[in-house]
Amino acid sequence: MRPLIIAALSLGLGTPALADWQQTLDAARGQTVYWNAWGGDARTNAFIVWVGEQTEAKYGVKVEQVKLTDTATAVTQVISEKAAGKDSGGSVDMIWINGPNFLSMKEQGLLHGPFATDLPNARYLDLGPDAAASVDFTVPVEGYESAWRLARFVFTYDSAVVTEPPKDMAGFLDYAQANPGRVTHPDVSNFMGSTFLKQALVEFAPDKAALQAPVTEEAFAQATGFLWQWYDALRPLMWREGATFPENQSVQQQMLNDGEVDFGVSFDPASAAGAIAEGLLPDTARVFVPRDGSIGNISFVAIPYNAANREGAEVVANFLLEPATQAHQQNIEVLGSFSVLDATKLNAEEAALFANLPSSPALPRLADLGPTLLEPHASWMTKLVEAWGERYIK
Amino acid sequence: MKADGRALRGVVALALLGGFVLPIIAGFAQTARAAFGVLPAISAVDWSLDAWRALLDLPGFGTNLRLTLVTGVGSTVLALVLAAGFVALVYGRWAGLMGRALIPLLAAPHAALAIGLAFLLTPSGWIARMLSPGVTGWDRPPDLATVNDGWGVALIIGLLIKEVPFLLLIMGSALGQLPVRGQLAAGRALGYGRGMVWAKVILPQVYPLIRLPIFIVLAFSLSVVDLAIILGPSNPPTFSVAIVRWFSAPDIALILPASAAALMQVGVVAGAIGLWIVAEGVARRVGLWWLRRGGRGHSAGPGLWVAGGMVAVLFALGILALLSLLVWSFAWRWSFPQALPQSWSMRAWMTPGAGWGDAARATIVIGVATMLASLALAIAWLEGEDRARRGRAGWAQVMIYLPLLVPQIGFLYGLNVLFLQMGISGGMLAVIWAQMLFVFPYVMIALSDPWRALDRQHLRAAAALGASPWRRLVAVKLPMLVRPLMVAGAVGFAVSVAQYLPTLFMGAGRVATLTTEAVTLASGSDRRIVGVYAVLQAGLPFLAYGAALLVPALVYRNRRGLQGGAR
Repeated sequence: MRPLIIAALSLGLGTPALADWQQTLDAARGQTVYWNAWGGDARTNAFIVWVGEQTEAKYGVKVEQVKLTDTATAVTQVISEKAAGKDSGGSVDMIWINGPNFLSMKEQGLLHGPFATDLPNARYLDLGPDAAASVDFTVPVEGYESAWRLARFVFTYDSAVVTEPPKDMAGFLDYAQANPGRVTHPDVSNFMGSTFLKQALVEFAPDKAALQAPVTEEAFAQATGFLWQWYDALRPLMWREGATFPENQSVQQQMLNDGEVDFGVSFDPASAAGAIAEGLLPDTARVFVPRDGSIGNISFVAIPYNAANREGAEVVANFLLEPATQAHQQNIEVLGSFSVLDATKLNAEEAALFANLPSSPALPRLADLGPTLLEPHASWMTKLVEAWGERYIK
Repeated sequence: MKADGRALRGVVALALLGGFVLPIIAGFAQTARAAFGVLPAISAVDWSLDAWRALLDLPGFGTNLRLTLVTGVGSTVLALVLAAGFVALVYGRWAGLMGRALIPLLAAPHAALAIGLAFLLTPSGWIARMLSPGVTGWDRPPDLATVNDGWGVALIIGLLIKEVPFLLLIMGSALGQLPVRGQLAAGRALGYGRGMVWAKVILPQVYPLIRLPIFIVLAFSLSVVDLAIILGPSNPPTFSVAIVRWFSAPDIALILPASAAALMQVGVVAGAIGLWIVAEGVARRVGLWWLRRGGRGHSAGPGLWVAGGMVAVLFALGILALLSLLVWSFAWRWSFPQALPQSWSMRAWMTPGAGWGDAARATIVIGVATMLASLALAIAWLEGEDRARRGRAGWAQVMIYLPLLVPQIGFLYGLNVLFLQMGISGGMLAVIWAQMLFVFPYVMIALSDPWRALDRQHLRAAAALGASPWRRLVAVKLPMLVRPLMVAGAVGFAVSVAQYLPTLFMGAGRVATLTTEAVTLASGSDRRIVGVYAVLQAGLPFLAYGAALLVPALVYRNRRGLQGGAR
């Protein structure tokens, strides 16, 4: 693994960008990067520990995870620091971020950058204007955050209990009619809960192109007509008659494991396989996606404008894009989340890293996952959550 | 001697004012600025009432408030009634036994207890598992709202499990100051039933002594966050949970109405305390009329047994909840409807590197530092009172207990900004300071009464023999007070271990303690790992209470008169 990285690094040494990179590496040595990341997933936490061990050995950069219950906590911290006039030496070095939180921080000028396009390993990414790693919820990334893992919206279920999972979001209504109280979704104030609604929105919206532009009252009314009709019919048939919802996806996974509901949701196609390995779901757990595909996006890391250990954070962001790192991350025994790299940009040796990963019966093949549907513009999510609140929080 | 006392008191008062009261006020000022539209960091610069309008328009606002009032006031009234009934029932009979049974419930942090209780009560939980499918006939869990119910019943039960033991502890110490035995005997001799003597004679004397702790319980129940997230209704949640959600919504602009809500939360607590005081007045009149009627009835007897039964059920639930976490921490797969895990594993305990080792160390360091500093401050304050030969003024009382009476969320955000400006955020020191705000008042509660109850004869004897005030403090008072000092220390340590929001805000997320890790992991809901944290979280204070009982017994093994101590 190591000779490969050294070879990769030595390839382009001498170009100006990489001379700069050497400066970054020098400055980063000895830094400790405080990576603010949701801490509810033990596997992700363990992966971050591994990343820290690797970067410390290779570049002398330590990583400490600041385990968040909610990404917005880190955003609030940066805002507090800005309010206090602390424009350098900030406590948040790197944030696992995407979607609305990224949009907020970018709009408020709270991010350092652009840096992502200058990372040496950015050459493994497809950074074309419409490529998945260039837009975050249709908001142009413009180098203010760097990709690290791929997310696909999937449902988990126990194949010993549910023999035929719904074919699409409309199918959930049929399922709920036959099995009242067995369907739910995470609370809509939670990211995964709003994604459940977005998946339905994308499926039901008559004009899918409108979802890619910032939301307007008129476009919203048009796009959500059938969605609310469907949801009004589904809600009374949901767990606890749709009066209360699990706090987040992990709580819902636990409910699936306890047999309280029949479906879980996840942004990780390997979640069922991973949970089985962890003893958190029965061996018969599987994942499925709606027939016409599901929402997908990329998880990014961003660096706040006042980060104390900015160079170290760049080194870690770059390390996350190493083919060897991405292959390790895709390993079902580690994280099992699919690589963000453009497979066509890997050489034979790098591609082999991915080909030889272990498999699991609960792990879907890429072909089973169907097409990736685009995230609506971030403003749609905010509006959807707001409208849902107005309709259903009494 | 008086001047000496005044100087000591002055120093402590200044430390409190500068260290506690001013930061809280400054924190509020920051929150208030944001509530009225000014938060330049998000480009909000114009003073306005928009944040308040936005708050009133937020969906669920009315229900949030109603839920908070019902669960907060309801649980406080119930806790008081149950604790009073229980004390009347067991006083002088099984008090020692009950005292020991209280310790784990007092020591267990709220979050840990709530996680265990949620597992116990949920339709797929431990109780259902023990009864299924045999008794219930369920082979899969029914769709029943036994936790997170819309009325907040599960939340009230959770609050009661924590608050009844606290009130019992407080009542126990208050009763120590009254001639209960004699009054009971006199009452019985006059033909009053046991329950009647308690209701008509003893409780009216106890109440003024426990009034402040009741207000603390009320303020706490109205602003509790972690317990309400785990056990309370979620859609809409209680007001304090809604505020936390608004503060952390992806839409940054919501910070403004969230700040307004945080201020309003203070109003809610103040309003509830005001209402309580009004209700006290009414109760006093009704009570006097009832007293003068002079009925001797035995009718309160069955009431006592009902209260006693309910408290016993609450204790059983609490102990089972903690036990279920212990079982989970050794489980691998444990699915419905198995009464015990299908497979066991030490894995959750085998990976201290993944967090619990460091978190436990940080928790102990912070807890011990906070406890020692608070004890030192409390001793200085009480000694100051002694030397000045005066009781505590009202303002001093308010100043000491202020941090417990105002909702944390109202000033922690602003306090964090202040600490950042001073450049001390994100470190152990900031966390210790912030925790002291909440630890010191509890240490004072635990220490004040025993300190005052100290037999002054010994001090006079020492003074007559020429001992200086300092010598009297070090050589006579403190050794005699070892037991209450240890108990106060244990209380302080337990409070420190349980602190969530202050640690999170002031540590900038970098200081990971067992409690911050447990709450974070609870959002990931792997009960086995949560079990490890919760066991440690409850275990550390338990050890502290154990030490508080054991150390005096060892130190004074040759001094029987001190073993009971001045408690």
